[in-house]
Amino acid sequence: MTTETRKPQESHQTLWDISVPGRSGVRLPESDVPVQPMPDAALLREELPLPELSELDVVRHFTRLSQKNFSIDTNFYPLGSCTMKYNPKINDMVASTPGFSGIHPLQPEETVQGALELMSNLQDMLQEITGMPASTLAPLAGAHGELSGVLMIRAFHEQNGNPERKVMLIPDSAHGTNPASASMAGFDVVTVPSDDQGNMDLKALEAVANDKLGGLMITLPSTLGLFDPGIVEVCEIVHEAGGLVYGDGANMNALLGRVKLNDLGFDVVHLNLHKTTSTPHGGGGPGAGPICVGDKLTPFMPSPVVERDSEGGVESFKLVSPPNTIGTLSAGHGNFGVLVRSYAYLRALGAGGIRQASGDAVLNANYLLKRLEHLYYLPYDRICMHEVVFSGRWQKAQGVKALDVSKRLIDYGVHPPTMYFPLIVEEALMIEPTETESKETLDAFVDVMIAIAQESGQTPEVLTEAPHNTPVGRLDEARASRQPDVRYRA
Amino acid sequence: MSEHPSDLRYTKEHEWVRIGDDGTATIGITFFAQDQLGDVVYLVLPKVGSSIEKDSKMGEVESVKSISDLFVPVSGEVLEINKDAIDHPERINEAPHDAGWLIKVKISNETELEQLMSSNEYDQAIAS
Repeated sequence: MTTETRKPQESHQTLWDISVPGRSGVRLPESDVPVQPMPDAALLREELPLPELSELDVVRHFTRLSQKNFSIDTNFYPLGSCTMKYNPKINDMVASTPGFSGIHPLQPEETVQGALELMSNLQDMLQEITGMPASTLAPLAGAHGELSGVLMIRAFHEQNGNPERKVMLIPDSAHGTNPASASMAGFDVVTVPSDDQGNMDLKALEAVANDKLGGLMITLPSTLGLFDPGIVEVCEIVHEAGGLVYGDGANMNALLGRVKLNDLGFDVVHLNLHKTTSTPHGGGGPGAGPICVGDKLTPFMPSPVVERDSEGGVESFKLVSPPNTIGTLSAGHGNFGVLVRSYAYLRALGAGGIRQASGDAVLNANYLLKRLEHLYYLPYDRICMHEVVFSGRWQKAQGVKALDVSKRLIDYGVHPPTMYFPLIVEEALMIEPTETESKETLDAFVDVMIAIAQESGQTPEVLTEAPHNTPVGRLDEARASRQPDVRYRA
Repeated sequence: MSEHPSDLRYTKEHEWVRIGDDGTATIGITFFAQDQLGDVVYLVLPKVGSSIEKDSKMGEVESVKSISDLFVPVSGEVLEINKDAIDHPERINEAPHDAGWLIKVKISNETELEQLMSSNEYDQAIAS
């Protein structure tokens, strides 16, 4: 690995840099109507500096840009809490089938029975995985599922005559979306600390579990990548106080086919299909965050829910609204293309396959833990689940931050892990290898992390000035936030 | 060597308080806090003239890493906020105990000052 800076080449140029006056990629036919002057008032602005280019200029420019894309299809992508597993191409093939890709959300139900059957089957599978008796595919993303879940908890308390139950407990290790969702649903957020093992502090939980309690939002395994052995007790404490338990399923990749969340005491859980069931994500979506729901909350589920009707020996499917529904979350029936991919994934793997997937995901994370724990500080020294959280505190003593380690990883062709999260770990580096990576890839990553640890001690400036091999070097993220200037001026 | 001046008082939430000659309190976040946060990019401060109560949330500080709540170290009335720091949040990283101050407060309950930590106590608290 060299550290020389690559010179900006033509690939670095913008469309305006390669623009030539008068050049054009299309030839319009001569107008057969008289030219009409544009009234001045209709002009939004005087000049519009569009680049002038040939078709070949444009094709080369965008092809070059596309080759710069960094993705799971090109490189190792151990982004913690994001489950960047490989997205099997057969999922896309199935979703591209005209019967799925060509239908419209407003088509009459009788003309899309196959699509509804797929959704119904997917609901059944997610219920089997979580052990929950009901589900809806309506939420479009993880945080959307969270919002639906806490709105349902709110509706439950209001219907039971307990509108004063407005406190939502959230562990200090939680995803930031949890307090945001609870707050949007009208709850007051109270933080529950973790103990020195990274588990929920049960005494602290008991102290705040009172008659104002609406519920608890908890991620299992936690964002520290740890399975909380007190989880059943946690759910019991919340239930005894009259609250309900929301499970954030972001880390479900550790539990697939192993643990039924319903058995642990969860009342509602969302699943990130774009993480756990291998549909593409990154760059903002699209995702799917179906919720699986226990008996208490079933009447409040968002609409629609797909219902199977076997009357008269003929199966048919329809979209229904639960009796006390919190309402519709979006136009249409969720991100249908994502649901098809997810269904294809679960059918391809089967029950045994998903169980192996979670096992391998946990094995891979623990392999990295064992091979790197002598070089990177491990704040919670115990077996992890599908991801391992290191701290860069040993490197920080050498003048190197977690940010610098991450930037250097880019030079070695590895996507940086999640940094500075969870917030309760100093200089956090959260690494999630996923089950789809081979031992060879993991070993190559370990070699890179060993090299970076050595650089941190010997040549820290190589890290603090990284990345060196990218089209642009270290960006000034602070200035970008302080003085955002998002308009390009030719 | 401590980065935390001995003439300031400190909270476990990483705020500092300086008592001026006129008895008003100047409040900011500590060197340790800004070091943990990284580059500060945005500040939310209470309004001038508002009453703030000890231990309640008075604002937010956003860095490239995270958003953290600011807590009131001593109750009182907000006399002034640091407009320069709002326009230039980098002041907090450059000089957390001086040019990077956040608000000035007319103290309503002097006995609250006794609950604050000395620089030695604060250094011990963050070392543990």
